[in-house]
Amino acid sequence: MQIHDTPQLKAEARNLNFYYGEAKALKNINMPIYDKKVTALIGPSGCGKSTYLRSFNRMHDLYPGNRYEGEIRFFPDNTNLLSPDVDPIEVRMRIGMVFQKPNPFPKTIYENVAYGLRVRGETNKRALDDKVEQALRGGAIWDEVKDRLHELATNLSGGQQQRLCIARALATDPELLLFDEPTSALDPIATGAIEELVHELKKRVTILIVTHNMQQAARVSDYTAYMYLGEMIEFGKTDQIFIKPSDKRTEDYITGRMG
Amino acid sequence: MKPLTTEQIRRVIARGKFKDNLFKAIGVFCLALALVVIVALIADMVIKGSDRFTLDFFLNFASRRATQAGILSAWVGSLLVMLVTALAAVPLGVAAGLYLEEYAKRNWLTNVIEINITNLAAVPSIVYGLLALGIFVYQFGFGQSILSAGLTLALLILPIIIVSTREAIRAIPAMIREGSMAVGATRWQTCRYHILPYSMPGILTGVIIGLARAIGETAPIITIGALTFIAFLPPVPFTETGTGTAGLFDWVMSPFTVMPIQIFNWTSRPDPAFEVNAAAAGFVLMAMVLSMNAVAIYLRYKMRKNIKW
Repeated sequence: MQIHDTPQLKAEARNLNFYYGEAKALKNINMPIYDKKVTALIGPSGCGKSTYLRSFNRMHDLYPGNRYEGEIRFFPDNTNLLSPDVDPIEVRMRIGMVFQKPNPFPKTIYENVAYGLRVRGETNKRALDDKVEQALRGGAIWDEVKDRLHELATNLSGGQQQRLCIARALATDPELLLFDEPTSALDPIATGAIEELVHELKKRVTILIVTHNMQQAARVSDYTAYMYLGEMIEFGKTDQIFIKPSDKRTEDYITGRMG
Repeated sequence: MKPLTTEQIRRVIARGKFKDNLFKAIGVFCLALALVVIVALIADMVIKGSDRFTLDFFLNFASRRATQAGILSAWVGSLLVMLVTALAAVPLGVAAGLYLEEYAKRNWLTNVIEINITNLAAVPSIVYGLLALGIFVYQFGFGQSILSAGLTLALLILPIIIVSTREAIRAIPAMIREGSMAVGATRWQTCRYHILPYSMPGILTGVIIGLARAIGETAPIITIGALTFIAFLPPVPFTETGTGTAGLFDWVMSPFTVMPIQIFNWTSRPDPAFEVNAAAAGFVLMAMVLSMNAVAIYLRYKMRKNIKW
């Protein structure tokens, strides 16, 4: 029984530091990410939670002057995601991402989802059709769009666009899915749909989610990490963090005395 | 300060409204002035040149008799030169702009290049003509041909195309680029599937504005030695000419004239009858430029309809 309670590691940050030029944005972060669990990152604006999240798929490599120190180990193969020897494209092929603002491409719904597969060299129409349907079902949007796959994705509502973006990330079977405040631009109903979806998705994929909304963290996550000024203040099971935080700063933030 | 009374508030608003209306009047006047000038110019050419708007005018070569002279070699020459210009300038300019925006690292070298591209746009066109005379006409031995002229004008509009390409690319939000890279795309895949298609309306607008500028250029074409009087057309591919069958690209080496040179030539004739020709040809050139702009506006409107974020 004990064995089943101890989740497997999917990734682990080890002594992670990150610099935007001279400015140190992440300070010596150590944190496990457990397989097929939802881990929430909370903390006040500017605390580095998005910076941390974007280190996992090497998004910082797109811009000059950014520098990582330390490691993010990715399991089961124990790859260091931050190693200069590891191609960021390889990392992004294994780790999907959903952004703060829905960012569908101004193409058809079908092409949005098929894009990741095309990038991987898939040209077979049948295979693409199947994968696109699967991904759209995974994103809980298939029923809404199945009759208009070849219409522009940008004409969908905000909530639909975000679920489409989730489907786009799912299409390529990522091992880890990063969510960067995925509901901050959405209304409460669309937010509810996304949260339900996150709950559903953790059966098949590990999830790391940044959120501003503490209720959201409490609702969707199994583990929660509280960050403040680039530091990892506290990490633990979500129940424990919200009911009995061990650090005063976490408690202040959760109870609304700060942030 | 005491709160204003209703009376005072109304007076403040009235004062503000007066300035509002004053600026509106000035603005309408400035706009009208610009419009009147261009309408007057076009109307003048139409009225002066009205006698020559016949099919013959478009199908006749230049002639010593004003009433029989036409612009056939000029408009064909202009179109062919534009074709060479577009074929040379578009791939070069778009590739250069794309490289600078999407690939080049930001350092002092790219900064120098950037400043110089802007400078290039300000180089007087006659200087391009001198450069082309030395390089294309003599060094490369292209002679006084359509090829030389097309390449010269391509150099001239290259900065326009590079700058408009870069601006079009910069208008694409970072989140689109990130969205593409996040699924594991390479830079080239991102450019090929997203950056280029989404910036195409802006690029096309730049290309057409560049070509509209090129089609009216006179100085560099005169510098490389376009003929002012020419009574034949470049050889059509695969037709019989005096010296055998013309090859596919023989026309690029042909001597030529273009619309602005024909106009310049006619205005410098002593016989006033040629001024009618010049006015008519001026209107035709104007119509060519305006219709190019119209195409640019139409394409931009049509392509932008589907691109939003």
